[in-house]
Amino acid sequence: MSTHETTGQTQSLTLVQAVRDGLYTEMSVDEDVIVMGEDVGKNGGVFRATEGLWEEFGDDRVIDTPLAESGIVGTAVGMAAYGLKPVPEIQFSGFMYPAFDQIVSHVARLRNRSRGRFTCPMVIRAPYGGGIRAPEHHSESKETFYAHEAGLKVVMPSTPYDTKGLLISAIRDPDPVIFLEPKLIYRAFRGDVPEDEYTVPIGEAATRREGSDVSVFTYGAMTRPTMEAVEELAEEGIDAEVIDLRTVSPLDRESIVESFKKTGRAVVVNEAPKTGSLAGEITAIIQEEALLYQEAPVNRVSGFDVPYPLYALEDYYLPNAARITKAITETVEF
Amino acid sequence: MSVLERDPGDRVQVLDEDGTVVGELPDIDDETIVQMYHDMVLARHFDKRAVSLQRQGRMGTYPPLSGQEAAQIGSAHALGDDDWLFPSYREHGASLVRGIPLEQTLLYWMGHEAGNKVPDDVNVFPVAVPIATQTLHATGAAWAASLKGDTDTAVLCYFGDGATSEGDFHEALNFAGVFDTPNVFFCNNNQWAISVPRERQTASETIAQKATAYGFEGVQVDGMDPLAVYKVTRKALEKATAAEPPDSGRRPTLIEAVQYRFGAHTTADDPSVYRDSDEVERWQAKDPIPRLESFCRDRGLLDDEAIEAIESDVADRVAEAIESAESVPRPLPEALFESVYETMPDRHHDQLAEIEAIREEHGDEVFFE
Repeated sequence: MSTHETTGQTQSLTLVQAVRDGLYTEMSVDEDVIVMGEDVGKNGGVFRATEGLWEEFGDDRVIDTPLAESGIVGTAVGMAAYGLKPVPEIQFSGFMYPAFDQIVSHVARLRNRSRGRFTCPMVIRAPYGGGIRAPEHHSESKETFYAHEAGLKVVMPSTPYDTKGLLISAIRDPDPVIFLEPKLIYRAFRGDVPEDEYTVPIGEAATRREGSDVSVFTYGAMTRPTMEAVEELAEEGIDAEVIDLRTVSPLDRESIVESFKKTGRAVVVNEAPKTGSLAGEITAIIQEEALLYQEAPVNRVSGFDVPYPLYALEDYYLPNAARITKAITETVEF
Repeated sequence: MSVLERDPGDRVQVLDEDGTVVGELPDIDDETIVQMYHDMVLARHFDKRAVSLQRQGRMGTYPPLSGQEAAQIGSAHALGDDDWLFPSYREHGASLVRGIPLEQTLLYWMGHEAGNKVPDDVNVFPVAVPIATQTLHATGAAWAASLKGDTDTAVLCYFGDGATSEGDFHEALNFAGVFDTPNVFFCNNNQWAISVPRERQTASETIAQKATAYGFEGVQVDGMDPLAVYKVTRKALEKATAAEPPDSGRRPTLIEAVQYRFGAHTTADDPSVYRDSDEVERWQAKDPIPRLESFCRDRGLLDDEAIEAIESDVADRVAEAIESAESVPRPLPEALFESVYETMPDRHHDQLAEIEAIREEHGDEVFFE
């Protein structure tokens, strides 16, 4: 079945190129994988995440759909149940809401409702997050909605290597995955990515920096300002550990607790509005499993509880190195 | 027979591509025609400057309207004082006609919340970026006008050909048909929803014919013919406000204005990836501005001098609007929390204090590094 030849080579790719490479690789090894969405075909996606796939795999596997998100996700449910592995793209995560009923009522629950008779193995990809001076409704970070829904897995990578490996894992996963891509860092840097197929497991966090004074939990685009803050603080003698969650549902409880037991202090950094965000869930995990190790209150550096602003205000909205530095310092000095 | 009572595929036209009269003229005075010409030239010039501002990094992503002036200006001029307008995100020209200042439109695309604040006396809804959502709002507003007995009020709603694929569009038209709401649904069919051609949105021969399924009239019009657009929209608005039989009472209409977007979907889009330059050239031959100019010259409504005066006025107005928008200072952090609720909750005070503490300690610039 596979026409994909292994090369053993590594390429230097941006995160969005790694998305494209992950799709290309998995489409090459599994002919049931199809890509569908608005402008994913001839145009190659508005961020070029599907560039060249239409030319390579044709109209039946790289499908420009009518402009209808509920239509895209709803038909993907039927396709997945029938035996295809659809990878629908929603052009921006802010446009997922017409499909929300399909995602919550059917994608997440088809296995459960049919007691396993029908399943819904699909990956819904969408760019998320702010910082690119985008128009209204193009910058939200609403992963909480999907993490709140049993039956879905939610992946949010932060490096090109993880992006390809997690995307392939997501496509092979027997359950539906919401794959949220940090568009702020789509092209911010390059990383080594193997040309061959490989997987990065869903549900496992990565330690980006080892440290002993405080654990900083983050994911997606916020890993960058977090690393910036932490490197600066290292010069001042604060030794922070940075855990990149990579998957926000299911959370890697073991890694969160293990790191916290070592440091006794935690800061969570994410760009979702603070109230109800996953920062609260991570705090609760620490309370439940490591209370007696706790040396300071858990500090949350999140987006504010407002509609994501138009871009003239977004620099005040998004967590930056100054806010992260302040939170880490306060937590360490508590 | 009303211009609305025809086959949905029988496209209404008043001016041909050269500006020669080929159909029955609407009931319109010369002054309005000249004003429409002026507004189309203004919209075109505004558009050109806006694209250039984006290219220079002085404005964010912007959706150009070039090619679509007749549809916007022609229909907006047909509206009466009491009518409401529900735009999508490309109708800067129509918004201008209805009283949204140019600097307001610029501010919005420059990322200022203030740009979204419609003046108090203007009944135009804020721009709708999500696709087709505004069609339901338009039905609701029209329904309310009907329920409250506001017989002079009709509601015009713009959306694109892509929007007709969304569920909201069908629900909006269905409610309108069931409840006899005074709506005019105006589809700016510009042939392309970003890279997806109109043929791929629907297998229907026309978009206008979709109205039949909802139990009301649909009409197709040459959307690059401002007089045809005016005529059809005026008739649809009259039907929407016709109080009593024998005019059969208030009924909605779907107008499909066939037109072309000369430029990109937005400044972030590159149309050369998905469409041929031949196609663009074919549509450029239908450019609404020279068509109306030619008509006006033939009728003695415009001469070289008048046109020069219009062009100079338009350039001044746009330059002033740009200067005014660019002189608006960057908003302060408290603007983040403004108008989220009627009363600012405690947690917003706390969150604003968090920003202010950083500004005090490190200066405002740490947010913009």
